[in-house]
Amino acid sequence: MIFTNFKRITRTGFVNFWRNGFLSFAAIVVLTISLLAIGAIIFSGAFGRALIADVKDKVDINVYFALNAPEQDILAVQADLDRLPEVASTTYISRDRVLAKFKMKWQDNALIMQGLDEIGDNPFPATLNVKARDPGQYGSIAQYLSNKNPAMSDGTPTIEKVNYEQNKLVIDRLSKIIPAVERAGLSIAVIMVLVAIIVVFNTIRLIVYTSKDEISVMKLVGASNIYVRGPLIVSGIMYGIISALITLIIMAAVAYWSDAVIMRFAGVEIASNFELVVNVLSRYFAQNFGQIFVIIMGTGVVLGALSSYIAAKRYLRV
Amino acid sequence: MIYYDKVSKVYPDKSVALDGVSFGVEPKEFVTIVGHSGAGKTTLMKMLIAEDWPTEGAVFFESSNIHKLNKRAMSRLRRRIGTVFQDYRLLQNKTVYENIAFAMEAAGRTDSEISADVPHVLELVDLGHKIWNFPKELSGGERQRVAIARAIVTQPDIIIADEPTGNLDPTNTYEIIRILQKINELGTTVLLTTHNKGVVDTIGGRVITMEKGKVVRDDKGGKYIL
Repeated sequence: MIFTNFKRITRTGFVNFWRNGFLSFAAIVVLTISLLAIGAIIFSGAFGRALIADVKDKVDINVYFALNAPEQDILAVQADLDRLPEVASTTYISRDRVLAKFKMKWQDNALIMQGLDEIGDNPFPATLNVKARDPGQYGSIAQYLSNKNPAMSDGTPTIEKVNYEQNKLVIDRLSKIIPAVERAGLSIAVIMVLVAIIVVFNTIRLIVYTSKDEISVMKLVGASNIYVRGPLIVSGIMYGIISALITLIIMAAVAYWSDAVIMRFAGVEIASNFELVVNVLSRYFAQNFGQIFVIIMGTGVVLGALSSYIAAKRYLRV
Repeated sequence: MIYYDKVSKVYPDKSVALDGVSFGVEPKEFVTIVGHSGAGKTTLMKMLIAEDWPTEGAVFFESSNIHKLNKRAMSRLRRRIGTVFQDYRLLQNKTVYENIAFAMEAAGRTDSEISADVPHVLELVDLGHKIWNFPKELSGGERQRVAIARAIVTQPDIIIADEPTGNLDPTNTYEIIRILQKINELGTTVLLTTHNKGVVDTIGGRVITMEKGKVVRDDKGGKYIL
């Protein structure tokens, strides 16, 4: 009997979906727009995070060592830094590599190359490039280094300079702006999701309202609540599934189309400077497709079904 | 079987639909309720399927107070009562077949029972040829007959018919009454309201006459007297 009821409820839901063609169409349009709003939130979140990660990645501090600092001391400092929870990564660049990089950069400039030759020796200090997990943590890393600074055998400090002070202004600003941007994004997302839910609920409530007389007739003929409500919920689920599929197709199109647009507006050169931002949406969509599918489909189905369920409640009191 | 115990109904605008109505209906009886428009006939019928509530008094069905039943018991009770509404109340987005099948589905009948009984009952009300039409494609009389078919298809214990012949020509009216009488002979209790003097005189059963919310006459083998 349970199976028979399930079969009848599902069939009635499908039939009603087709027969109420225009209402179904209206529900799908509204639900699709709402799901697209959620999709836009997902995408702008991904884009924003990529942009912020890119900017964060561009912020770093360099630790310059004394010219005569032995390599094992430098590596010891690097190992110490790597152990700090605040540090995301460290890159050691030896004096020879700094020189090689410098030569490579200025190889076409005869004057500079000549000057370098006149110095004779390698004038560049070994460098340790430090990236923090969060821009706000550079202060404490710099502090740690100035406290720690081990002395060499002749008593002079190993670390000659940390360029934190020069970068302090931009680092401080970024560490204030980024959380503010993240908070604003989150509040906008919450508001948009709420608006989407309310609009969808009201639309489906109006659709259920149009069949309130039918609901009361069904009840008066002796149908149980689940028998009256079931087909409405099935229709609601169908609105959700179809809207979610449309939304996912549009999102895929936007993801791949946006890459081309960003490239065109930003120009290939700038885009390659912000390498993390290039192809961010298509890559994000492809990598997180499972998660996006669950969010969009889940929201659509739950919103459709739950709205129908709640909307029918009031008319079942016959 | 059914007992109305001093039932009164006063609407919020202070209009009195029923005023201390008391009477009982025995199983297998055919009761005709007559009265002018606004005499309270429809309200009386609505009480029986709990579509309306009494302000005072109570309505009993087999010794249980209808208005104190829980949801499940209420649905079960309604499945034992076939109702022909004055305004038909067909499901607009279902075909004639589906409208009748719905009542059977709600009553938990099997698919084979449904596919056997629905065409049969439609033949009975002479609508076999309109089985796949939607209600809006039918005439008033045809809709009325679909409503009757829906009410009788589940073979309920009681049929309540509120002005079932109101929109029918004399031939159809006679047909409907004949169907109701036949059902009554097979053991179903019938409660019928009507304006039609000819109908009352044809049936010749118990007649309850109502006036301004009160029962003014209750005759076995009565005639239409107003």
